[in-house]
Amino acid sequence: MRDRLGGALALPGLGWLALFFLVPLGFILIVSLGDHDRFGRVLLDSPSLDNYRSALDPVFLRPALNGLRYAAATTILCLVIGYPIAYWISRYGGKQKTILLLLVMLPFWTSYLIRTYAWITILGDNGVINSVLLAIGVTDEPIVLLNTDLAVVLGMTYGFLPFAILPLFVSIDRLDDSLVAAARDLYASGRSAFRHVTLPLTMPGVVAASILTFIPAIGDYVTPDLLGGAQTTTIAKIIQNQFLGARDWPAGAALGFLLMAATVIGSLAVIRTLRREVLG
Amino acid sequence: MSHERNRLLSAYSLLVYVFLFLPVAILVLFSFNDSKDNFAWTGFTLAWYPILFANEDMLEALGKTLQVAAVAVIASTLLGTLMGFGLARLRNRYAGGIAETLIILPMVAPEIVMGLSLLLFFAQVFSARGSLAQISIAHVTFCLSYVAVVVRARAVSLDPHLEEAARDLGASAVGAFRYVTLPLLMPAVAAGAMLSFALSFDDLIVTTFNAGPGSSTLPLYLYSRIKFGVTPEINAISTIIVAITSIAILAAWRIGRRRADGRVVSMAA
Repeated sequence: MRDRLGGALALPGLGWLALFFLVPLGFILIVSLGDHDRFGRVLLDSPSLDNYRSALDPVFLRPALNGLRYAAATTILCLVIGYPIAYWISRYGGKQKTILLLLVMLPFWTSYLIRTYAWITILGDNGVINSVLLAIGVTDEPIVLLNTDLAVVLGMTYGFLPFAILPLFVSIDRLDDSLVAAARDLYASGRSAFRHVTLPLTMPGVVAASILTFIPAIGDYVTPDLLGGAQTTTIAKIIQNQFLGARDWPAGAALGFLLMAATVIGSLAVIRTLRREVLG
Repeated sequence: MSHERNRLLSAYSLLVYVFLFLPVAILVLFSFNDSKDNFAWTGFTLAWYPILFANEDMLEALGKTLQVAAVAVIASTLLGTLMGFGLARLRNRYAGGIAETLIILPMVAPEIVMGLSLLLFFAQVFSARGSLAQISIAHVTFCLSYVAVVVRARAVSLDPHLEEAARDLGASAVGAFRYVTLPLLMPAVAAGAMLSFALSFDDLIVTTFNAGPGSSTLPLYLYSRIKFGVTPEINAISTIIVAITSIAILAAWRIGRRRADGRVVSMAA
């Protein structure tokens, strides 16, 4: 009885998700097989894989690699920066653990756009960094920081760092301290205990954090758009352009489908871990 | 743990916190800068804020954002609460697993994929070219999961005997839910609603894909302003947005911590 009641209550919400989340994903595939006319309308009379063939054209290789490079760099940075602080909150947070975690997550909940804009203010030729450097006489001319790969990776890392810290924290927090104590008792050094006990046992968290950072990073066009220049085109930017600029929806859909397929696979892989660690 | 490592780690963590808050702090600071330049500090002023509020376009965008947020919060809180509670009560592991996966998927999918999929869906099925209604539906879709997760976490920790006791005393299933379960879930429901608000208010990518002529929300307005050029007015509106969403999140956290008997526990997940 409980079961049927539970199922019935959840149905409207699940139905909504099925209709407005799953079904539209299917439409990406459908439209990607079509063609477009001069007015930007989608024509589905002669479905073909043409869009996929042009999607795999070498002209998209550079943006694809760009996107991968940025996402990879961002993910690595987020892991390296995030792990120690997740560890610190877990092991030394004590009663303030939740507040400390909340403080980390707070920037994440405020507008991603605004946080990216903040970096324009800081990295620009007239920005904070250059103003300070010029004022104290370290350089004569402003250093070009904006519209570079560095700016994009920095902006992305800043944007997704809280997103990476959370699963890292959950995994580290679950680690049984007595295991580490046991390793120390058996004459392991601090570093060795970390390498052989802590790190392997928190690997699920690391994997989850990696995928949780990598996936949105691949799909982000805002940061490369605002902080990068013309040479920082990514697949996400191209997709966005196909839909909102060039009006070639089928082509955009083909690229979108490829992006979606890659990320759904990655998502399903991490969902298993998330279900266990987040939902309990 | 040696004290040296403790201090080093603590210092490092402090740096990370500074890194996380400094850029936005600088942004907020410069909204009070007495110069159009926005980069060199020349003096303190509050002038940019009245200028901002005289900006018709901005006010219109803000209004649209609030309209969408209202719809998104109400719908997602309703559906999400039912979904979260239903999921907690579900015994069938197979169905539960599928449901959980379906719920988590929107949270991890890239926004651009969700945005364009809804654009295509509405265009092909309804010949729709973007509107506030379309944006609202999109917002409900990604807010649902967050409410469900928060409510579920709470529902799972509820004492099932309370509900049973109500039933034993003659309450109907609906009555038991309304007078016993729901009040106990209320903190999580409220927290979920605030989260939805913060998410909807800030959303850029999904909204961009589903906006039509005349449905420009605040984030969209801000995006186009930023691309045109930077003025302290943008800093001012950014400061306000940051303040609003921060308050919503902090409120979500404080409310979510309360138990029905007034005692405070930490919110799961």
